[in-house]
Amino acid sequence: MKKKLTTVAFNGTEEQFKALDALIAEHKGQAGALMPVLQGAQGIFGYLPIEVQKHIALSMDVPLSEVYGVASFYSQFILNPKGDYAVAVCLGTACYVKGAGLLMDKLESILGIKNGEITADRKFSLDATRCIGACGLAPVLTVNEEVYGRLTPDMIQGIIDKYNK
Amino acid sequence: MENMVNIKINNKEYSVPANSTVLEAARYAGVEIPTLCYLKDINEIGACRLCLVEVKGARGLAAACVYPVNEGMEVLTNTPKIRQTRKTNLELVLSAHKKKCLTCIRSTSCELQKLCLEYGVDEDHFVGNNNEYPIDATTPYIVRDNEKCILCRRCVAACKNMQGIGVIGANDRGFDTHIASAFEETLDKTSCIGCGQCIVACPVGALYEKDDTQKVLDAIADPTKHVAICAAPSIRATIGECFDYAPGTDTEGKMVAAMKALGFDGVYDMNLTADLTIMEEATEFLGRFKEGKNLPLITSCSPGWIKYCEHYFPEFTDNLSSCKSPQQMFGAMYKTYYAAKMGLDPKDIFFVSAIPCTAKKFEVQRDYQNAAGVPDVDVAITTRELARMIKQAGINFRDLEDEKFDDPFHIGSGAGAIFGATGGVMEAALRTAAEVLEGKKLEKLEFEDVRGTAGIKRAAYKLGGAEIKVAVVSGTANAKKLLNAIKAGKEKVDFIEIMACPGGCVNGGGQPTQPAVVRNNVDLKALRASVLYTADKNLDVRKSHENSAVKKLYDEYFGEPGSHKAHEILHTKYVKRGL
Ligand code: SF4
Ligand code: SF4
Ligand code: SF4
Ligand code: FES
Repeated sequence: MKKKLTTVAFNGTEEQFKALDALIAEHKGQAGALMPVLQGAQGIFGYLPIEVQKHIALSMDVPLSEVYGVASFYSQFILNPKGDYAVAVCLGTACYVKGAGLLMDKLESILGIKNGEITADRKFSLDATRCIGACGLAPVLTVNEEVYGRLTPDMIQGIIDKYNK
Repeated sequence: MENMVNIKINNKEYSVPANSTVLEAARYAGVEIPTLCYLKDINEIGACRLCLVEVKGARGLAAACVYPVNEGMEVLTNTPKIRQTRKTNLELVLSAHKKKCLTCIRSTSCELQKLCLEYGVDEDHFVGNNNEYPIDATTPYIVRDNEKCILCRRCVAACKNMQGIGVIGANDRGFDTHIASAFEETLDKTSCIGCGQCIVACPVGALYEKDDTQKVLDAIADPTKHVAICAAPSIRATIGECFDYAPGTDTEGKMVAAMKALGFDGVYDMNLTADLTIMEEATEFLGRFKEGKNLPLITSCSPGWIKYCEHYFPEFTDNLSSCKSPQQMFGAMYKTYYAAKMGLDPKDIFFVSAIPCTAKKFEVQRDYQNAAGVPDVDVAITTRELARMIKQAGINFRDLEDEKFDDPFHIGSGAGAIFGATGGVMEAALRTAAEVLEGKKLEKLEFEDVRGTAGIKRAAYKLGGAEIKVAVVSGTANAKKLLNAIKAGKEKVDFIEIMACPGGCVNGGGQPTQPAVVRNNVDLKALRASVLYTADKNLDVRKSHENSAVKKLYDEYFGEPGSHKAHEILHTKYVKRGL
């Protein structure tokens, strides 16, 4: 199914693009250069927005559709920016059975964004993840590195408030 | 002598060229191995696994389309195991396919449908959830229905490998894989040029032209409208294919008869405005050549090429001829000159062009294409749509008696006739320019160097003491090569003909679809073009400037080629679109 794509404005800097150009120059003419360039670009920008992929396509003379094809094929590539607080809800089987879907619904309504999106102030981003191996605590969510377990929907507001100061 | 190897196919010995694939070799044994994803020289990715064969000593089944032959090889193409595997593969394809054959635009010309019938598949063998995709109908020319897409990637390869464009590709992975543009942009937001080569590459009903036939039918049914149609040079050479004629059959007379039976008030020959284009363009070339300004002059009759230039080579838009295409010239001339002459209000005229091209659906909507204050052309319908209208009307095409185009726009010269093949416009222009420069009649009208289906052709002619260097290009990937060479100063040319589609309009994106087995084994471009060159040879008038109907247009209305009036009505402007 189609991926949700960000509507938040890109704010890359000149330095970042300089670094990207250097990276592209380094791989110039190499076969299979697209993968390392995309990996490097993600390192520089944190994610791979359309502006960055367009720049890569033009500089490397490959169609944008091919760049995006690779970027959307590998799950290591992030197409949407992450917020200061990246909220991730585990939708692995154990969590799902214990109502993680309801947590997601609640988060979507509190943050006003959908799974895969970021708030306009870039503070929160929301994603679903595969099993993170904390099944004993199901259902769980993480905010950056912090793990919250045995959750019910009414606990969500409190967690968000903690970061929303 | 070609290198040959000896192989066994289904236990019989054959000697086949050493560089063939098993698929090609099997034809020597009279065996057609089924394929879905393979398009020779364009898409050779071995993805669909329909062409599986048994190769002795090889592990598992081999994909014949990409498997090279070698000496002593033994191949079986039709064992129970092969048949079962192909059948299962088809059933898997169908499990994710929106099976709507009853109303599908490709029903009876669908490669998947034909194979399913041949293999007796159970269309509901595998059932499961399928992804839902919205239909992309955002451009004026293409509709994409991904729920019918079988992911063969022939469209992707046509766009990227053949045309050098690549605005579509495979997004996401696994079960979610689908063909779309980067960042899920709809096609209208991309730098797609509308050539339609993706459509004619598609084996199924996932890609098709935006059907405008209803608009035409509505206009014909409206008593207040004067509805006229003109036929592009190339479609008389191809429309027969929609009625089971072999490719390369000239069906001009039947096509005209069918158009008349559909109820148009006037049925005209676009070869005439092809000639008119030459008058304007040759004049433009001679002017620029004398002044050495904005050279090379590049032809402007292919709207796919124009859009390509505007997106990918905006620095060359000043080199484009300002001439409208023959389609637009016809509508413009009709709604000004002819409307006045007949006392018709241009608003009451509904002008239709029948063309080989999907990009022309975009062209009719462009700015600076409304000489009479209304669009020059109201609707452009492709060869396929015209054939559809004829079938729907119950007209028995094959039984029609030949008829002739209507007076006064029934005359086209041989130069106009060959417009539909790559090199045709250049040859037509040279016939006229050469007579002007030499100041005498040409002894030989054929400019053979610019004929043929090669992607880039070059020639130089000494005319009236000056040397003129010309190039003829078809397919935008080839245009890219030549323009880059010119940009880099590696090449100098005075006059270039560029057609977006490989082979020119005879191979346009609006032409009848032909299955891969035909595309891979028959030179469609050359066959179809031969119709046009034969027509040219058999005509008495073979030079645009000798077309009496064109002369009359200048006498009665435009004055002379390149006049102020001609510029107002027959010329246009371009935009620099960028990417
Ligand atoms: S694409 Fe082919 S198989 Fe699918 S619905 Fe259309 S005709 Fe039938
Ligand atoms: S119409 Fe031409 S440019 Fe557009 S997607 Fe199809 S092949 Fe590519
Ligand atoms: S749209 Fe047609 S040509 Fe393109 S991948 Fe799908 S089935 Fe193949
Ligand atoms: S794998 Fe050979 S035709 Fe598709």
